[in-house]
Amino acid sequence: MKVVVDMNQCQDHGQCVFAAPDVFRFDDDGHLAYVPDPDESLREQVEEAADVCPLQAIRIEA
Amino acid sequence: MSATVVVAGASLAGLRAAEQLRAAGWEGPITLVGDEPHMPYNRPPLSKEVLVGKAPFESLAFRPRAGVADVSWRLGTQVVAADLERRVVRLDSGETLPYGGLVVATGMRPRRLRCPGPLTGRHTVRTLDDARGLRAALTRPGARVVVVGAGFIGCEVAATAVALGAAEVTVVDPLPLPMVGPLGELLATSLLKRHEQRGVRFALGAGVTAFEGGDRVTGVVLSDGRVLPADVVVESVGSVANTEWLDGNGLDLTDGVLTDAHLRAGGRPDVVAVGDVARFPNARYDRVPRRVEHWSIPTDTAKHAARVLAAHLTGGDAGLGPFAPLPTFWSDQHDFRLQSFGAPALGRDDVRVLDGDPDGDVLAGYHADGRLVGVVALGGPAAATAAARYRAQLLQQPALTA
Repeated sequence: MKVVVDMNQCQDHGQCVFAAPDVFRFDDDGHLAYVPDPDESLREQVEEAADVCPLQAIRIEA
Repeated sequence: MSATVVVAGASLAGLRAAEQLRAAGWEGPITLVGDEPHMPYNRPPLSKEVLVGKAPFESLAFRPRAGVADVSWRLGTQVVAADLERRVVRLDSGETLPYGGLVVATGMRPRRLRCPGPLTGRHTVRTLDDARGLRAALTRPGARVVVVGAGFIGCEVAATAVALGAAEVTVVDPLPLPMVGPLGELLATSLLKRHEQRGVRFALGAGVTAFEGGDRVTGVVLSDGRVLPADVVVESVGSVANTEWLDGNGLDLTDGVLTDAHLRAGGRPDVVAVGDVARFPNARYDRVPRRVEHWSIPTDTAKHAARVLAAHLTGGDAGLGPFAPLPTFWSDQHDFRLQSFGAPALGRDDVRVLDGDPDGDVLAGYHADGRLVGVVALGGPAAATAAARYRAQLLQQPALTA
């Protein structure tokens, strides 16, 4: 699957990191980093991450 | 044809309920009824980014999941009555909709002040249209702004009004500190200081008794006799549940819709409530039913309630434990953020600084019976990160009362 985060919108709330820790994480500078092409088995996690993003900055494109 | 699920309310909770019904395997028809003319949109930016003009109104629309492409949207339409015995709701068009399952997602509306004086110039912040009107008023040069109510919305709007260059911004509240209900004294004192340093004035310990002016508001009369000159008044004094349409069905509607531990209302397996209108017991805490107006609750409640309802409609078993969400909230004000996990309001009498100090980045821990029940960070990103480190611990705890 393909995940895109609009980094102009992201405000580092971190809710996606809690929902899908295998896909989203904070780097050493405290900024969001993510896996753009996570395994299909993680879809439910990623969908939940997209739901809980306060900025609705996460898009699942395929 | 299978029975329809009617979702009364088409904001975040209604949308998530529809999406989660599909995710839970419900393939039958779903109809969402919403009184606003807009598709569901995200409300938090209405008091912040959108109000200040950094984000366009269009950016607020949610992107519904593909699974709900086939649901029926009845927007600009209100549910005005329900007969839960006959399983039917009535719309303001006069039309009736029979249902097999009903999701109550009608949410809240702002409470209004009932004191004498003109109405024009007085604003609330709940809908897109509210925010449009308020933005137009706040951006008039030299605006003197009085915000009534020092809760989440009041504090956020005050900060935004300062950012927009308002001539004067004053927050009025009968309580002695802003946001003291959710935060307790320690952080509320720190919050007050931060707002004052950034140009917000406060009239605390005072209520509003009247509005001055002819056609429109020119001043706000306080209970201590003072009059604050005002061109713009924002009323952020809490909210009222949109439940009148459920009257006459024997439900407990004293504050929202009382539900059981699975978000079902009135002992009916075919009626669930979601979002901030639901008054539910949280098995994680003391099991006292409460409404929770945090942004995370529509999604949390929808997920649980949709599984319960879908299982009932398809003759299955949801196999879920009682609803036990970990509450979380945030609030962006000026250049700082409040970030909370857990239930700080349950531990307001025993607040300890876990990290930092109240004049800078600070993390406070809230305790009940000596145990940590919630954390709130106030400050920059480092404080919020520190709060997040306690999330796992708060999640692991057993319920407060066995």
